[in-house]
Amino acid sequence: MLLSLMIFIPLLGMIVVLLLPRESEELVKRVTLLFTLIPLALAVALFISYDRSAAGTQYVVNIPWIEAFNIQYHIGIDGLSVTLLLLTALLGPICVIASWRNIAKGIKAYMALFLLLETGMLGFFAALDLFLFYVFFELTLLPMYFLIGVWGGPRREYAAIKFFLYTLFGSVLMLVAMIAVYLNSGVPGVRTFDIPTLITLASTEGHALNDLNFQIWAFLGFFIGFAVKVPIFPFHTWLPDAHVEAPTAISVILAGILLKMGTYGLVRINMAMFPQGMDFFCNGTGTWGNSLALLGFINIVYGSFCALAQTDFKKLVAYSSIGHMGFVILGLAARNTEGITGAILQMFNHGVISGMLFLLVGVLYDRAHHREINGFGGLGAKMPIYTGITTLAFMASLGLPGLSGFVGEALSLLGAYDKFKMLTILSTIGIVVGAAYFLWTLQRVFLGTLNPKYEALPEINGREILTLAPLGILTIVLGIWPNFAIDMFRESVTNLVNVLQAI
Amino acid sequence: MQLLSNIESLLYFTPELLLVVSAIVVILVDLGVKNRESAIVAYLSLAGIGCVFVAVLLTYGQLGDRTSISLFLGMIRLDAFSTFFKVLLLLATAATILFSLRSDELDARLKGEYYALLLAITLGMFLMASSTNLLMIFIALETVSLTSYILAGFLTHNPRSSEAAFKYITYGAVASGTMLFGLSFLFGMTGTGDLGQISTRLTELLAAGEVYPLTVLIAIIFILAGVGYKIASVPFHMWSPDVYEGAPIPITAFLSVASKSAGFALFIRFFYSGFSSSEVLQSVDWTLMLAIVSALTMTVGNLAALPQQNVKRLLAYSSIAHGGYLLMGGVLLTPEGVGAILFYLVVYLFMNLGAFYVVVLIANEEGSEMVEGYRGLASRAPLVAGAMAIFLFSLTGIPPFAGFFGKWLLFTAVLEQGYYWLAFVGLLNSVVSLYYYARIVKAMYLEDAGEETTRTPFSTGTFALLSVFVIPTILIGFINIFYTFSNISVSVIPIQ
Repeated sequence: MLLSLMIFIPLLGMIVVLLLPRESEELVKRVTLLFTLIPLALAVALFISYDRSAAGTQYVVNIPWIEAFNIQYHIGIDGLSVTLLLLTALLGPICVIASWRNIAKGIKAYMALFLLLETGMLGFFAALDLFLFYVFFELTLLPMYFLIGVWGGPRREYAAIKFFLYTLFGSVLMLVAMIAVYLNSGVPGVRTFDIPTLITLASTEGHALNDLNFQIWAFLGFFIGFAVKVPIFPFHTWLPDAHVEAPTAISVILAGILLKMGTYGLVRINMAMFPQGMDFFCNGTGTWGNSLALLGFINIVYGSFCALAQTDFKKLVAYSSIGHMGFVILGLAARNTEGITGAILQMFNHGVISGMLFLLVGVLYDRAHHREINGFGGLGAKMPIYTGITTLAFMASLGLPGLSGFVGEALSLLGAYDKFKMLTILSTIGIVVGAAYFLWTLQRVFLGTLNPKYEALPEINGREILTLAPLGILTIVLGIWPNFAIDMFRESVTNLVNVLQAI
Repeated sequence: MQLLSNIESLLYFTPELLLVVSAIVVILVDLGVKNRESAIVAYLSLAGIGCVFVAVLLTYGQLGDRTSISLFLGMIRLDAFSTFFKVLLLLATAATILFSLRSDELDARLKGEYYALLLAITLGMFLMASSTNLLMIFIALETVSLTSYILAGFLTHNPRSSEAAFKYITYGAVASGTMLFGLSFLFGMTGTGDLGQISTRLTELLAAGEVYPLTVLIAIIFILAGVGYKIASVPFHMWSPDVYEGAPIPITAFLSVASKSAGFALFIRFFYSGFSSSEVLQSVDWTLMLAIVSALTMTVGNLAALPQQNVKRLLAYSSIAHGGYLLMGGVLLTPEGVGAILFYLVVYLFMNLGAFYVVVLIANEEGSEMVEGYRGLASRAPLVAGAMAIFLFSLTGIPPFAGFFGKWLLFTAVLEQGYYWLAFVGLLNSVVSLYYYARIVKAMYLEDAGEETTRTPFSTGTFALLSVFVIPTILIGFINIFYTFSNISVSVIPIQ
């Protein structure tokens, strides 16, 4: 009940916002904030009350929905989903506050779509029925298209439709795989979309879902769907466009949550339901045995080098995201406790850190109205607080020990080294390059002589600090005490590793 | 199955008789109406449709425990399948009448004939959905075709409309002729006009080797020409963009939904009753041929829709593409496939008619059918723009809208039979279709209209009618009863 409430409160908020008069903009913003704070409170409550020692799903709701096809409204949380739900619920109000001043037109529609988006994201992380999972997955598409397309930058139309087409392409392949799983799950009448049931069936010897060939193809179908979302090379080209054009808050959601939907899907569906398909692509032998790790490696190195070449601040952060998601893929490919724990931690951390980075880019853009890295210089003296927070975010992102980014990356690499020595060693290039582009950016923007154009640039204000502070604190806390998060999903990971090693 | 004589059949034929009566009443009343602006004939037609609707349900109720009754000594079949289509067709006709009332395009002086013809075409479509005899099938088809030609050319002051009617006749005559030729082959081989007997005879003849499979193939291809023309499948689709663009918008909407539905009803009954025995399939694999036609139809429709600037024309190509999706269900020879077609037709009725209604509204306001006319609609008329966006995304097949559930059923049925390539073609086509549907959404939401952003006032009636289409488009997928309904209707179709 608590979980359903959390998912659908934003939807209710959307209806309320739509009913408000369009003139009262302040009211619209406050109502939206309220309707994002409630899910946050609920998420915190879930996070605290979640039983860490149990491995299974908790807070399960299972109601028949479309009986003709045995589709259920089945939701529940395990350690992984509760962590990502918390992240989603946390970024919700932060993004609303970040949008407070810089959405020029149609604030009502913007907030309504944002709330719809939040319902889609929350529902996605809680869904335990494959059909429901897909519906929530797609539900995020429409609001995102409008949020980028209507409130974005100069090339917003191109970016919005590119995002939409890429994601839809991925999801139709996923749809085929999903239908195939459904059809193979049993004889007509007892077929099911229930994810836990399907996972059990898929590991039952002799069942159609257990067939290696089937597992490989179904794995691929889902994988491409999620790979577009993560994004994994070569499906990544929509991401820089979408990020550069999206308004600040939407970039935060895009990097913080939508990318995680891809990696979450890989863990929830690809790894748990198709362990043999996973094995085929990650066992280190045969033609395809290294492919997933290789993709992770390409993401890391390619993303980092692309970031190094950028002169647009936002594009730099966008490419750095591609690099950081590579660590997640690499960690997952390792299929051991360290690797998966690292990958999940990296998902959460990246959500927090990239959220900060995009907010920081937004702060600067709102003042200077451009994002050209070389156009600044010497801001450190002008905006000391801003510089301090940015330095924190940069250091966290480049993986400085003591901050959260380090733990996830280190664990991922640790896990991966066990299985893919060469690729892991080569992947560390990405960390070096990461340090290079962040430090270089720091130097170009904050050090040196102040550009006289920006003599009067105002310091970061209280509202902006309010959005950054929770994320900054989380970065430090998770850097020092990563078990705060790891404890949540330790049991779930152990469970998953058992499934993966059982084959 | 019960075979009823001519007199006994009349009782079960009341819906069709009522349609005839309504058409005559409309013409007679129209003669007496002095005020040419009066909409009385339209409301009269609506009342007629209402009576027919009740009659359809009552006659279906009279079936009782029987699954089907054969009327007029085997000419016409009354069963769940035909009832399903009758209800669907009545909904489409009622919507078309309401659109026509609100459209500024139509000449007020010609109203009487217009509505009488609409009722007549509905009669033809009723017969298409229920005929089981070659002769009756052809008569039904021609009733629909001839009436459509007149309706397409109804804008007498508009040369495009006349062009549309002319093209429609030319293509239509060729298609009908070809089909008639095919029917004569069939009759020549089997010596009967009854679909059930044709199936039996063909099976016997093929088993005994008394007919060349090639002859059967030719007959099937020729018949497909007639049916394919009605559902606008490749390569018989050429007429539809021009006709859809030139015809009055309500008629375009009607043709794209009702004519297509009736075409599918005829196709399913004809091919599933006549050509689905394993002997026929062994010698003539028309399902594979149809699968290819289906893939081509959706691809051609979608690719041709991409560059269109005229929304009516764009929707015409989109409607061809949807015909392709629907055909996928037809090649499977499974109850799931047919069930998916029926379900999709219901969904398609609401989303496509809804989209056309918005086209009517914008044509009235802007005097334009071009995509540019939709610029900034979101700020001028947010509700209308929102409804249009829902229809378009539903047509693309994006959840949570009904179009997704329709496509999902179709693709599940297709994958179940192992037609992976067909499912892939269909799904990639859905992605392509997003691009052109999104162009309209882009114009409405992402582009500014320019200087003035005054709100365009629409009446409450407009919104009420709009919600009649919006609400089902959002909800149908979530309601169990629609799945059950289409499954019951399928149960009478003979599937080996």
